[in-house]
Amino acid sequence: MADTALLGSSGGGFPRPGGTAVVPRAGRWRGAGFWLVRRIGSAVFVLWAVATLIFLAIRLIPGDPAEAIMGGPGSQASAAALEAARAEYGLDEPLWVQYLSQLGRLATGDLGTSYALKVPVVQLLADQLPGTLGLAVGAWVLAWILALGLALWSGLGGRGAAVVGSALEIAAASVPHFWLGSVLVLLFSTAWGWLPPVSNGSAAGLVMPVVTLALPLAGFLGQVMRESMLTAMNSPFALSAHARGESESGVVLRHALRHAALPGVALSGWALGSLVSGAVVVESIFARPGLGRSLLQAVTLRDVPLVTGVALVSALAYVVVMAVSELAERAIDPRTRDR
Amino acid sequence: MGNASTRRAGTLRRRPRAGWLRAGNVLPAVAALTALFLVLAALVPGWLAPADPLAIDPVAAFRGPSGAHWLGTDESGRDIYSRIVHGARPSLLIGAAATALGLGLALLLGLAAGLGGRWLDAGVGRIVEVLLALPGLLLALVFIALAGPGVATTIVAVGLSTAPGYARIIRTQVRALRTSPMIEAARVLGHSPARILARHLLPNALGPVLVLATLGIGQAVVWASALSFLGLGEAPPAPEWGAMLAAGRTYLGFAWWMTFFPGLAIVATAASSTVLGRSLQRRAVGA
Amino acid sequence: MSAAPLLRVDGLDVGFGGTPVVQDVSLYIGRGECLALVGESGSGKSVTARALLGLAGRGSRVAVRTLDFDGTNLSGAGQRAWRRLRGSRIGLVLQDALVSLDPLRTVGREIDDALRLHTALSPAERAAKVAGLLESMGLAAADAGRRAGELSGGMRQRALIAAAMALDPDLLIADEPTTALDAEAQAQVLDLLAGLRAGGSSLLLISHDLAVVSAVADRVAIMRGGRILEQGPTDQVLTSPEHEYTRMLLRAVPAGRPRGTRLSAPTGRSDARPHAPDAKLLDSSPSIGGPVLEARNLVRAFPVPGGGILHAADDVSLRVEAGRTLGLVGASGSGKSTTARILLGLDVPASGTVKLFGEPWVPLPEASRRPRRTRLGAIYQDPLSSFDPRRRVGAILADALAAATTGGAPEGAHDPAGLLQLVGLEPALAGRHPSTLSGGQRQRVAIARALAPGPRVLICDEPVSALDVSVQAQILDLLDDLQARLGLGYLFISHDLAVVRHVSDRLAVMRDGRIVESGPTEQVFAEPRHEYTRALLAASPTLATDTSD
Repeated sequence: MADTALLGSSGGGFPRPGGTAVVPRAGRWRGAGFWLVRRIGSAVFVLWAVATLIFLAIRLIPGDPAEAIMGGPGSQASAAALEAARAEYGLDEPLWVQYLSQLGRLATGDLGTSYALKVPVVQLLADQLPGTLGLAVGAWVLAWILALGLALWSGLGGRGAAVVGSALEIAAASVPHFWLGSVLVLLFSTAWGWLPPVSNGSAAGLVMPVVTLALPLAGFLGQVMRESMLTAMNSPFALSAHARGESESGVVLRHALRHAALPGVALSGWALGSLVSGAVVVESIFARPGLGRSLLQAVTLRDVPLVTGVALVSALAYVVVMAVSELAERAIDPRTRDR
Repeated sequence: MGNASTRRAGTLRRRPRAGWLRAGNVLPAVAALTALFLVLAALVPGWLAPADPLAIDPVAAFRGPSGAHWLGTDESGRDIYSRIVHGARPSLLIGAAATALGLGLALLLGLAAGLGGRWLDAGVGRIVEVLLALPGLLLALVFIALAGPGVATTIVAVGLSTAPGYARIIRTQVRALRTSPMIEAARVLGHSPARILARHLLPNALGPVLVLATLGIGQAVVWASALSFLGLGEAPPAPEWGAMLAAGRTYLGFAWWMTFFPGLAIVATAASSTVLGRSLQRRAVGA
Repeated sequence: MSAAPLLRVDGLDVGFGGTPVVQDVSLYIGRGECLALVGESGSGKSVTARALLGLAGRGSRVAVRTLDFDGTNLSGAGQRAWRRLRGSRIGLVLQDALVSLDPLRTVGREIDDALRLHTALSPAERAAKVAGLLESMGLAAADAGRRAGELSGGMRQRALIAAAMALDPDLLIADEPTTALDAEAQAQVLDLLAGLRAGGSSLLLISHDLAVVSAVADRVAIMRGGRILEQGPTDQVLTSPEHEYTRMLLRAVPAGRPRGTRLSAPTGRSDARPHAPDAKLLDSSPSIGGPVLEARNLVRAFPVPGGGILHAADDVSLRVEAGRTLGLVGASGSGKSTTARILLGLDVPASGTVKLFGEPWVPLPEASRRPRRTRLGAIYQDPLSSFDPRRRVGAILADALAAATTGGAPEGAHDPAGLLQLVGLEPALAGRHPSTLSGGQRQRVAIARALAPGPRVLICDEPVSALDVSVQAQILDLLDDLQARLGLGYLFISHDLAVVRHVSDRLAVMRDGRIVESGPTEQVFAEPRHEYTRALLAASPTLATDTSD
């Protein structure tokens, strides 16, 4: 959140050439092809690095993976059973053979078999992904609506609205998911009985998880969007628009709103992180099946293949979201094109 | 010429003059008071809450907020207010330690990338990108999956997961400073690189780090308590906010105060650190 | 001028939070007439202009006895009535189109706004009108699909005017419409404004530039401190001003003022008394006119994003002499600043050399250059950004004095207080933070800092471009005094022909990275050889007034 705010611009001094260069239209397609290749290359790199990092970390940290396979550190597995497990999962091979064969499997989309559930990780992920995806997308949309709504309100509502809006945003951004979820359950399920406390698959069951996940994100996004909107509304181009006869709401809708959305788009990668982190907590509070809850169980059971799988899916999502948000940013703001 | 334009444009619309109703005044004052209370609670919990946070009184279990127990009691009859006050120390310590670790790591990476050559910058940039691809809690969970739960793990996990974001900000800051007119002016004067680094670049780069630390400590407290809540941090009998909240959830139906108040403490911590951090930031920019 | 003026204002007051910014302003504009509102920053001229559109801003308190536009009383008009007028009958053009046009919207949509708001035309008709407007402003119809950032400075300023003129308003208010532009682009925009007036529109021109005003305006009103000091026909006000402030403003204009004439009042500041050359210092330096900084065949190019190469310096050779000023003039992007960066050893040329006092300077490893850096100083357009924001004035100067190795600071200026006095500032200013100083004070501090190590050459990159005319005059006089006293050689970089002419002994004209012409200043002005120089001279407005003091 501080990322955008702390980037002070440095003016003056000896200007360097190319500051506000006129961008020629020719060559943009060549640029687009180059951009795609670079993006895919960086995605492959990130996935490889995540896989390697986790592989190395597992070997560097003391603890016998075979024990985890046999039911965690507390299990009373016999030496023979451990030996069999090692053979089954290839843990008796030399380290580099294990590494290469794991990379080879990953390249073909094989994420291994869960230690705890003895089911292919890909299958587990495929089962759990839709639930989490629905939750995250729902929360993302709601967070955007709330953040833009707050920004609009404090943009149009004057000084009082700005103060209240700012306080609401900070409060929302400070609320931990697990507390917010609990309070919502307390109010809407325990006290008033309007909504089910457990996410049972019905539409009503989705309301509280989505709201819980969305509110803190909306608080963060709202802060940057409001700042950006107020800057736009105080800018000379807003004055120019007024001087053309545009109304206050016209200036907000036609000019300031777009400027408000820009930092929200730029923070998409960060927002995804917040949603994934939040999903772990929210899914566990509302007993909702999904990647987050699987991850939590996998962490408790030290189910390394499943943890690796979730991490890779999340990293892939990050890479995709970053690429899409960069495209969106370029579409909204031509100034970002020559970066 | 650009400067002339921004200077004149600045007078287009004046900011509203100081009034009593201003976010710039009220919120930081409230936040500062909250922070003062939290710090006092962490340093001298006995002053604020004389009762023993671990004292069990089964007869007084599940009492609601009252004169005797301001914020009620838990399933063993322990006073929630005392537990929250005594919980400030572990929560803030974990938060501070995690922030310190995260910022320390980020300083290392950010300064290396900001001050080093193109290859070092690109290399660190890649590392940070990979770490950013593993969002906060996920990175922490992966780490806990490998290292096992516990307080030390929580600190390292939270520190690790906050480092890449900070590193990116510090790197940008240092890069911008390096080519800033201010540093060029110092070069033109003939100052040595060591003097420029020590007297101009680092002090100006580290100012924002202080802001980041203030902003970050609240979030670190939230993260650490989230791990405790998930059963991966501080264990329940200890008065730690996230753990207290998790314990309270079992009795949410009839003892709401067990969940509500520890959470409120977390919200207060996070919100006051955000408000204070932002007003520090604003002061630094407006100076 | 017809009998009933288009706009009549009587007793306009504007205040912000109890502080009056505009007081008792009365003016009128006839049909087809151009009134220029002249003043320096903080004079209230922009607020006045905005109040005439009902846009004085949030938190403002506006009171007016009479505000009459084309027979309609607007003094109590509501927002709805104002919106009907804005854009259709009164247009506004602001200074810098880069920020006055929404950077995220296409120019076409910005121009279309007024049509959409005030007419019942169909989208297709509006698109055709937008294309026509752009063409009438000398732009291509296809430019409608581009955004302000994708156009050059002159192009986007014309697009901004097109947006304001979309519905042929009776009155166009232009607030410093050419201040952000190069001489050539400025001339184009001024032509455009003259054309609009020929079409019958009235013009209220807000400007600080008396040369521009004298070229365009029928009548002039001089503003200061929120009040109009005097107003009258342009010729009368500029040739026989009644008010002392107007005389001071006129005296401060460097256009047409020979090298060596003072621009600011000779009284007031301690630095203003002429100094005898510092004999001791002059002894140790090359004699006046001797070469101190020599650049030969500098070449530097940058890749342009999106392909192509920008030749920022293409075979640049120049020579700065002791006690003399070399002026370097050119449009923005002509390579002036790149040249300055190379001379200062901040950038490395692809080829070419620089010598300082006859010794190699560029290219050279920084370590072997550093001990001699004290001989070469620099001042910048924006001094504030060149100061360490954590330090006060005293600490900034002390830091600079620490850089002095041999030779050292000028006589009597071995400490921050002495340096401040050298540049005509109170020593008490040492305790202030630069951000609390005025623009002129900041530039003086920057000069003091540059002088601290005792340089023999100063590179001045647009040092007065961000300053008001009267402050500019003081800074130019200060630089003159310091040169006379310390025997400094200056490289004076500016886009402003009048300023460069006033300060330079020799002149180099730069375009697209090349020096197209150079020679003694007056000779270049009298007999320009290169066509670009001639174009530049023709494009820059001059103040045709009696220049005798």
